[in-house]
Amino acid sequence: MHELGITENIVNIALDKAKEAQVGKIVRINLVVGELSGFVPDCIEFYFDFLSKDSIAEGAILNFESAPAQLRCRNCCAIFHPQDTLWNCPKCQSQSLEITGGRELYIENMEVE
Amino acid sequence: MKKIEVVQNILEANEFIAAQNQRLLDKHKIFAINIMSSPGAGKTSLILQTIARLKDKLRIGVIEGDVASTLDAEKVKVEAIAVAQINTRNMLESCSLNANMISHAFQSLPLKDIDLLLIENVGNLICPSEFVLGEHKRVVISSLPEGDDKPIKYPMIFADADAVVINKIDFLPYVDFDIDSFEKTLQGLNPEVKIFQVSCKAGAGIENWCSWLLDELKANS
Repeated sequence: MHELGITENIVNIALDKAKEAQVGKIVRINLVVGELSGFVPDCIEFYFDFLSKDSIAEGAILNFESAPAQLRCRNCCAIFHPQDTLWNCPKCQSQSLEITGGRELYIENMEVE
Repeated sequence: MKKIEVVQNILEANEFIAAQNQRLLDKHKIFAINIMSSPGAGKTSLILQTIARLKDKLRIGVIEGDVASTLDAEKVKVEAIAVAQINTRNMLESCSLNANMISHAFQSLPLKDIDLLLIENVGNLICPSEFVLGEHKRVVISSLPEGDDKPIKYPMIFADADAVVINKIDFLPYVDFDIDSFEKTLQGLNPEVKIFQVSCKAGAGIENWCSWLLDELKANS
């Protein structure tokens, strides 16, 4: 639902970086989206086609790499990927857990011509 | 083909404006609270109770975020020093407030006359967790009729909260809400969180919530 503003940011960042590098065409944008972030790649793609129209990013492929959720147990320090929605440490069953990965949302790099 | 390294956080633009908002709030010595919850959990009721208890001590301003209507702003404006309404229906995002909307709302508020700013976010447990506004504290309300599984289903918003208000505590005899289990899950995700059990309808627990607010406001000034 909030992907329109996010996609606008993606287009702006990509166009700024392309201008800095003085390139004529953005072919592919590689993004990292955390599993726990509330952003839906399909929505971002839909808005991207609309927002990049008539710019050097038009037609660029968006490639989404999913960053897995990662939790750290505060009790035994185990680091693990949660298997379901009930979050328990697989080693000591503690529910005292810190979210250490999976909230990312950034542009890693882009391929240009 | 050439590759350009970017590694840029896409939410950076929002975070930049949020930091500007906080500097402006600090300049005017305003303590700001971002109040988030699902629809109907009691954001407006908590704001009304808070104003009723604290209006003799503090000058309170409110920013109301809603997809549509001015219903909540109408209720609140009787008691608050000033109210700014944001209707997200006409904006790029409709599901959450963001820092840019807050910076526009500042223009219609008498900032020099406000000590405490209560920001009522759009009713939603997902989107508001992604957008900081420039607030000093993040508060989430969870009410008994919603069920005790909300921190399991929406961990992010609870992991980042400074305080969680469990509202409609007077429903306890009528609903299957295990308060111990709710608090255990919540403290597992967020050991520092402050928890309040309140009934905005009956007024129970509001005293504790307000004294925490006053303490935090003093600590910030």
